[in-house]
Formats: sequence, C-alpha cells, structure tokens
Amino acid sequence: MGGDILFYVPLAVLGAVLGLDVVSFPQAMISRPIVASTLAGGLIGQPVRGLTMGVLLEFFALESLPFGASRYPEWGSAAVVGGSLFAAIPDGSAGAMSVAAFAALVTASIGSSSMVFLRRWNAIWARGQQRRIARGSGSAVVALQLAGLSADLIRGGVLTLVALVVFSPLNRAIVGTFSMSPVISRAVVVAVASAVGLAAIWKVVRTTAGARWWLAAGVGAGFIIAGTL
Amino acid sequence: MTGDAQTPALPLHLRAAILLRLLAIQGVWNYETMLGNGIAFAMEPALRRLPGGRQGEAYRTAMARHSGYFNAHPYLAAVAVGALIRAELDGVPAAQIDRFRTAAPGPLGSVGDRLIWAGWLPLCSSLALLAYGLGAGPLAVVLLFLLTYNFVHLGLRIWGLHAGWTQGLRVAQALANPLLRQGPAHVARATALVAGVALPVAAHALIGPGRVLLGSVLAAVAAGATLVTLLHGRFEGWRLATLALATFVLYTMVR
Repeated sequence: MGGDILFYVPLAVLGAVLGLDVVSFPQAMISRPIVASTLAGGLIGQPVRGLTMGVLLEFFALESLPFGASRYPEWGSAAVVGGSLFAAIPDGSAGAMSVAAFAALVTASIGSSSMVFLRRWNAIWARGQQRRIARGSGSAVVALQLAGLSADLIRGGVLTLVALVVFSPLNRAIVGTFSMSPVISRAVVVAVASAVGLAAIWKVVRTTAGARWWLAAGVGAGFIIAGTL
Repeated sequence: MTGDAQTPALPLHLRAAILLRLLAIQGVWNYETMLGNGIAFAMEPALRRLPGGRQGEAYRTAMARHSGYFNAHPYLAAVAVGALIRAELDGVPAAQIDRFRTAAPGPLGSVGDRLIWAGWLPLCSSLALLAYGLGAGPLAVVLLFLLTYNFVHLGLRIWGLHAGWTQGLRVAQALANPLLRQGPAHVARATALVAGVALPVAAHALIGPGRVLLGSVLAAVAAGATLVTLLHGRFEGWRLATLALATFVLYTMVR
C-alpha cells in the first residue's frame, strides 16, 4: 500500500460511509466486517483477500451486538483498515493476517470510544438547541439531526485515515520481520478468532430452550462437511 | 383513541419520506434523549399536515412533545412513529399520547433486540460465513448477507410504519403478532444450527495450507471458547483476542 496520504483518501471515504452505517444511517449492516472488509479489498483490487479478512473479523463481530446504549466496537471503519492492510500484502506472507487483524481490533476499540464521545457531544448540541426545540421549531430538529449525521460521517473518515496512516508502515515493517511460518501464524489467528466466535454464538443462544443441542448438532455437521472439502 | 375501521390513507410520497427519515432515526443518538430527536425528525413531514402547517400551534406543540426522551429498537421505532403520527393527525388528547410514549419503549426495545440483534443478525452473518466456507466468491457472499438481512430489516420498518398508522395507539396488539412473540426463539435455534455448521467450515477455509495443524487449532478453539465463556461479563472476547494477537506479534518479532 502506498505511503502517499492521498492514496488513503478513497479508503477513508469508504470508512466514513461504513462508520456512519454502524448506528446513524442506514444500519443496513454494510458496516459488518464481511461486507466492509470485502469492499475495502475490492477498492484496492483484491476483493478475495478483503473477504478473507472480513470472514476472520466477522468471527469477532459475532460477539458484539449493537444493543442500545451499550458500548461496542465500531466495525465499519475497523474492517476497512483490516481489509485494506491485509489486501495490500502479497498472499503467503507470514504475519499478514495477524498484523491486519490486530490493527482492525485496535481501530474498532478506538472507534468504540469515538462513538461514546460523539454521543456525549450530541447531547451537548441537543442542550444547545433545547430552547428552540421546546418552542417546536422543526428546523432546529432537522438541523440537529443533520449535525449528528455529519459528525458521525467525519468521525468514521478521520478514524480510518489516521488508522491507515499509522498502521500501514507498521504493517509493512512487522510483516517484513515476522519470524514464524505463514502456516502457523495464520493458524494461530484463526484459532483465536474462532474461539471468540464460538463463545459469542454460545452466549447468544444458550438462553433459548433446546438451542444448545442445535448448536452441538451444527458443529458436528460442520466438522463432517469441513472434512469432505 | 385511534385505530378505527376507517383508516385514512397515508400518501405514498409521505410514507416514502418518513421511511427515508426512519433510516436516519439514530442520527443524533445521545445518552440524554436517546432516540427522541430522531422520532420528531421522522414524524416531521407528516406533522406539516396539522392545522396551520409548519407555522401552526399544533405543529409546534407536537414537534416539542416528540423531540423529548424516547428509546426503542431503531427498526421497531417505526411502529411508534406510525402510531404517533396517526394520534397527532386524529387530534388524540396529549395525555393519551404521553402515556403511549411512556409505555411503548420497553416492548419495542426488547422485541427488537431479541429478534434482530440477538437473532436475525447473527443468523445472516452465519449464513454468509457458511457460504464463504463452501467456496462462494466475494460478490456472492456479500450479496447473500446484505439481501437476506435487509429483506427483514426493511420489511420490519415498512410493516412497523404501516401497523402503527393503521392501528394508532392500539398498536400494542401488533406486537402480539406470533411472528414477533415466538419468532426470536425459532431464529435463535436456526442461528445455533447454522452458526454451528458455519464456524468449522469457514475456519477450515480460512486456515488454508495450515490444515495439517487442524487438531491443534481445534484444541485451541475449544480452550479459548471456554475461557471467553467463563470470563463473560468481566472481559469481552474481542478484547482478550486483541491482547493475544499483540502478544503473538511481539513474540514473533523478538524471538
């Protein structure tokens, strides 16, 4: 991936749009890693590698469901960062998946904090407009909504841009010094992600009567299918 | 009370405008009014039809009322928006509207959370993971996920607005729909089955040439999943994973 900041701008725009989708507009789940990372990979001509990273990150994302006021990772911008970093490294390089996944997870964590900050900021804006809104001003309600949407769009774009500027050179440097075989390094990161994904599904379905048996049956069938592929 | 047999028509262009705004209902979500401003924002095109239009007292009173605190699942908020628009245009007394605004958030939140966030979303995600594991390409995987998920997402918003508009403040009956009451449990079982199949198949495809290590990977997944489950409530799995990956990357650099 190029070092020129202009190279990152299309990815930052993608990160902005996908970051907006997480909560503000339109929550169509284009921000889920399996979509966002694939789009990022596609943007730099490597959709298959983007998808591969998207599947890995989706395992992590299964754990974080966007319940109301809870704090959860922001996957839209993070998956653009992870997908583009992974897609930019040639296939078969040791450590590419580990470093890209780590960068995406760190970005998702910072994105989570940035959403909390924005929510507090939204409350400050709302208080500032309170007098007009209490008088029933439709234009104040619309302006407040548009301000929140714009701020979230900018938040996602800036987050993606900064993460790419920081992580791209680190990605190249670390992958260049990685001292483990590509096979083992990929197996480690897939094992970590699968463990989180399996625990996440267990957490979601364990309270439903009979669901644990469906899960056990599914895992059994999954191993049989995987064995035949 | 609204919701009589003679439901007035909500013009198509107005319905479309409200639906578009419903997609942005969380645009200024905050910890004080939560969805409040978004509810008023979505209702605003319809409230212009109140006597006196945008400069009228009825419009201003309604806008002020609906921009206050409100919370619900963002998709099922469409039910409340439809019902509240109907109530305002029918001239229902303010006290009745306020009672509805107080009572509606609980059911609209819990049904939506169980049906969508803990059900439909992980199910669609698992379907896409399974498609990847079975060899589908990027376009097929992305389209499968987006079309499946948004069929229900958009359908729920459209249904919610329609149900709210036709039944007015009696819309609680719509939430007794068997699909909404029993749907979450069925979706959870389907999620368990599909995710159970998808996780090993997708992991197998991701590992690629590392399949010779499959036994070690399986042992690590079982141990890791048990650890994450035991730590549930204290540590989130993705945060533990971040630490594990950071440690792994550092180890490979210094060894």
